[in-house]
Amino acid sequence: MIPPQFGPEAAGALAGPQWLVSRRIAAAEQAAAGSMPTAQEEVWRYTPIGQLDLSRYTLGLQAGAPSPVSGSAQSTLSTPPHSAPPAIVVDTSNGHLCGVQFPSEAANGVSPLHHPNNAQPTTGAQPTTGVQVRVLGEGDADLAASVDVDLFAQMNAAFSVEPLLVKVPAGTDVAATVLVRHWIDADGVAVFPRLIIDAGPDSSVQVLEMYSSSDVNAFVSPVVEIRAAAASRVGYLAVQDLGPKVWHIGSQVCHVGSQAHLRASTAALGGDYARTRLDTHLSGRGATGDLISLYYGDGQQTLDFRTFQDHAAPDTSSSLLFKGAVDDSSRSVYTGMIRVRPDARGTNAHQTNRNIKLTDDAWAESVPNLEIENNEVQCSHASAVGPIDKDQLFYLQSRGVPTNTAKRLIVSGFFGEVLEQFPVSEAVPAVRTRLEAKISGLNQHE
Amino acid sequence: MTSAQTPAQTPSQSRLVIEGLQVRVGEQMVLNGINLEVASGEVHAVMGPNGSGKSTLAYAIMGKPGYEVVAGTITLVSEGSSVASHSGQSQVGQSQVDLVPLSPWERAHAGLFSTQQYPTEVPGVGLENMLEEAVAAVGGDRGSVEAQVAAEAALVGFNPDLLYRSLNVDLSGGEMKRSEAVQLGVLRPRIAILDELDSGLDVDALAAVSHRIEQATQQDNLGVLAITHFSRLLTVLHADVVHIIIGGVIRETGGPDLAAQLEETGYDPWIDKRAESPVDIHIGSELGL
Repeated sequence: MIPPQFGPEAAGALAGPQWLVSRRIAAAEQAAAGSMPTAQEEVWRYTPIGQLDLSRYTLGLQAGAPSPVSGSAQSTLSTPPHSAPPAIVVDTSNGHLCGVQFPSEAANGVSPLHHPNNAQPTTGAQPTTGVQVRVLGEGDADLAASVDVDLFAQMNAAFSVEPLLVKVPAGTDVAATVLVRHWIDADGVAVFPRLIIDAGPDSSVQVLEMYSSSDVNAFVSPVVEIRAAAASRVGYLAVQDLGPKVWHIGSQVCHVGSQAHLRASTAALGGDYARTRLDTHLSGRGATGDLISLYYGDGQQTLDFRTFQDHAAPDTSSSLLFKGAVDDSSRSVYTGMIRVRPDARGTNAHQTNRNIKLTDDAWAESVPNLEIENNEVQCSHASAVGPIDKDQLFYLQSRGVPTNTAKRLIVSGFFGEVLEQFPVSEAVPAVRTRLEAKISGLNQHE
Repeated sequence: MTSAQTPAQTPSQSRLVIEGLQVRVGEQMVLNGINLEVASGEVHAVMGPNGSGKSTLAYAIMGKPGYEVVAGTITLVSEGSSVASHSGQSQVGQSQVDLVPLSPWERAHAGLFSTQQYPTEVPGVGLENMLEEAVAAVGGDRGSVEAQVAAEAALVGFNPDLLYRSLNVDLSGGEMKRSEAVQLGVLRPRIAILDELDSGLDVDALAAVSHRIEQATQQDNLGVLAITHFSRLLTVLHADVVHIIIGGVIRETGGPDLAAQLEETGYDPWIDKRAESPVDIHIGSELGL
């Protein structure tokens, strides 16, 4: 049952343009009419979804109240994962927008920090041409598609307080990285970040979205919509580094147009149960999707990925590589589906999932699937779950590298292939550092 | 030349002493009582046909998991300088390190080095990266590794561009062995076990790598145990002592002329000398006879 704090009435109370309010209420009604998913459903198999108790959570601070960005939050937020090139930075705190900064290169003059109690946080300093980064407004009804892949996407539509739009006009190459940072430090809060990346024809943009929190109980349920119009080039990297008690259930829904190239990646490091569902629709002829992700579980974490590569047009390509490691008694789930529709002749689709199981107690599930309805295609899938390669370990040991160091080198090297292919390459050193920090705990429980 | 590692800083006298070594791999007894001694500065060749136990000997000396020593000893005896040992036996004068209970990396720290016939690919791990960890593990200076690698790469003609590749990934046979020679040059072991050094090598690479190894035997007093199927290797890497291994035992030991004889006759004379199969030897030794 959906508790009353997530009912239609609560959804209708959130501020926003009328079209958004109506849509929120409709989504909340839809969610309330449905039921909680169970692990008996294939798409939730192997998950602890039955343990989710939404009544433990409430929506973030009321809209209009300034978000208190505490000292620790401030310091976390103020260490951006990269220095150059300039970034357009959007910060949220407990689900509310608390700052937008445009670098001078992206706007004529730097805009001051905006607080969510400003009706239009980013107006004024927005450049009139080039990329727009703002909360959805009055005339934006057409830009927000309905995403209802599951109950949580419906809840996101109902309770996303300030849906954020990154809109790139046709023919515009955005030099600055758009950096969206979500910080959570309120115990018991439920937040529903919504990000829409709308890249016009022949444009390019790269977006880095980061999730981090203090050690709170929280429920984070983001939805990212990416629309890459014809011949556009979009890079998107999500870095999920939430605290160990946070539940994260997110969706990424991508539509890739004709001759467009999407690179979408996730680094999943934190959370208690952390799930990302990725739906990539290659809907225009010659569309390409590179889907490259990594995850590292330790402690009691469960990291869960469901991917769908949907080839709906001819000559489309998708290349998926998900690599993960599970330490301690953590678990990971990867299930992937390549679907080639009847019209999608000339499809080239690949799916690879590899997992290193670092302890006997850790557990990784890998389930690749193909559904092909056209004969003129090239498809492959590969999946593997296994311990650290013994021959690799022996090789390094025989050169005098102590066992635990050798294991760290091998696991870190295993992820090298993924990091090399990440979009938003300037963020990679920070991701690597955080990943290395997790890997350095590898020998703690032997 | 400076060294990052302590074990071989000053040329000192070491001996790898193998006595009565019996090794089981799975259910199979492969080595049935090997006796062998390799001293600093010497080059020993161990030659034998396929399945005679050559590679098993190399792996057992280095301590590869799955190669179980059921009897016998492998000892590194060093004289003239202190040995960094994890068994607490280090002392100036003479030290004896019992290698059998040690893990492979501890054996490396004691002064062993081995090259594999087909070096393992380690994706995402670079040569320098690995050597820095190996050098740091014995208290050496990480910072010295880069320059040493560059110097060693030049000595054996290893393309510097390849230094930044993952270990052994997308390398030709010759490049892999040049890479191993670079590692040997940086780590400066006391004793090197070279398993089929010449397999997959072109003539130039074999000459370059062999030259570097001979140089190490002269300058650093390196002792070498070269395991090979063919005598081709010995035309460039000159052995002082040649052993013939068949059925997991050393059948004959001699000078370089033994390899020449082998070239003419093949292994048949030695196989014929002893009719009993390795299985018979296995049973006999288990009964303690």
